[in-house]
Amino acid sequence: MEGVKFWRKPLDWEMIQVTRGRVHIFEDRCKGCGYCIAYCPRDVLSFTDRFNRKGYHVPSALKEEECVNCHFCEIICPDFAIYSEEIPQPKEIEL
Amino acid sequence: MKSVHPYDELLRTDRIPHIWCPGCGIGTAFSSMLAAIKESALPLEDFAVVSGIGCTGRVAGYLKLDSFHTTHGRALPFATGLKLGNPRLNVVTFSGDGDLFAIGGNHFIHAARRNIDLAVFCVNNFNYGMTGGQVAPTTPYGAKTATTPMGNDEWPFNLPLLAYAVGAVYVARWTTLHVRRLTDAIREVFDRRGFRFIEILAPCPTAYGRRNRMKAPLDVLKYFEARVRVRHDADPAEAQIDLESPIVVGKFVDRKRPTFLDLWSKRYAPDEDEEVHVA
Repeated sequence: MEGVKFWRKPLDWEMIQVTRGRVHIFEDRCKGCGYCIAYCPRDVLSFTDRFNRKGYHVPSALKEEECVNCHFCEIICPDFAIYSEEIPQPKEIEL
Repeated sequence: MKSVHPYDELLRTDRIPHIWCPGCGIGTAFSSMLAAIKESALPLEDFAVVSGIGCTGRVAGYLKLDSFHTTHGRALPFATGLKLGNPRLNVVTFSGDGDLFAIGGNHFIHAARRNIDLAVFCVNNFNYGMTGGQVAPTTPYGAKTATTPMGNDEWPFNLPLLAYAVGAVYVARWTTLHVRRLTDAIREVFDRRGFRFIEILAPCPTAYGRRNRMKAPLDVLKYFEARVRVRHDADPAEAQIDLESPIVVGKFVDRKRPTFLDLWSKRYAPDEDEEVHVA
């Protein structure tokens, strides 16, 4: 967990797994509304200069390592153009 | 390996991308329903989705379940027939405000009065989007549309109050910004019985937003973000939408009433009572 500091090891540390996710984008379905970019809680996505087949600017996961697999982009996308899936993580403890 | 979207199993992918405009809220409302269907783990062959005419009516065409694209305003009569013909079906009506409340308003009040066992999802985008953004029975007072360029002088329907007054057992309102809560509400609705109604406020940037200073799709969601207040169990009479006061959302009504089929089977088939209802 980057940027999070604990003053002691949390009691439920073994139970809490911070998930990591990977975003998949179907560029040809995207209509460039920008909902996923505006409402991503970790600001993973940004607009790019590229165009898709229909001439819309498509988002790209520029900070992919920040994704926590919350699926919000997946559910708010009106065009079924984006989803996230979990990357299995080895447990690492930072104190 | 080609990756597959998690909702593709419920979509007719040969028809995607769909016709809805960039930023249209119908797609979000639709994906909330798909998420709720997947979460509910109810048998897919028991679902029957009925929609009427209009932008929202196209949902039936994109869904890979038994779905029915009916005549204008008549989604509820078709759904009523489906439910009465095969009470085991889990009948869902997914249609727009123009279809359910303008041309189909009469059917809505009578389906709710009879308490037919239907889940009704109404995507309210405040205007007739498909035909070019004309004034609708849900256009707020003062809003500009193609046919009221100086501002609308009619009062709109308060849909939760209407549904409550005519007898719906579950009444909620969410926006497409509250996708998680909307999905939970739809999920909850699948577990209830009787006439269940959810109003889904959705952006229509192309036809409505453009004339009301919300041209970009995100402007409408920012508007919802700023104006919406979540108030569960609020009096539906306070849920009137206008251009000044906050938009009240939440679950307004959750009550029990015997459905039409309950009462009918009690009178005409008292022995089969157990078998009639599964969903």
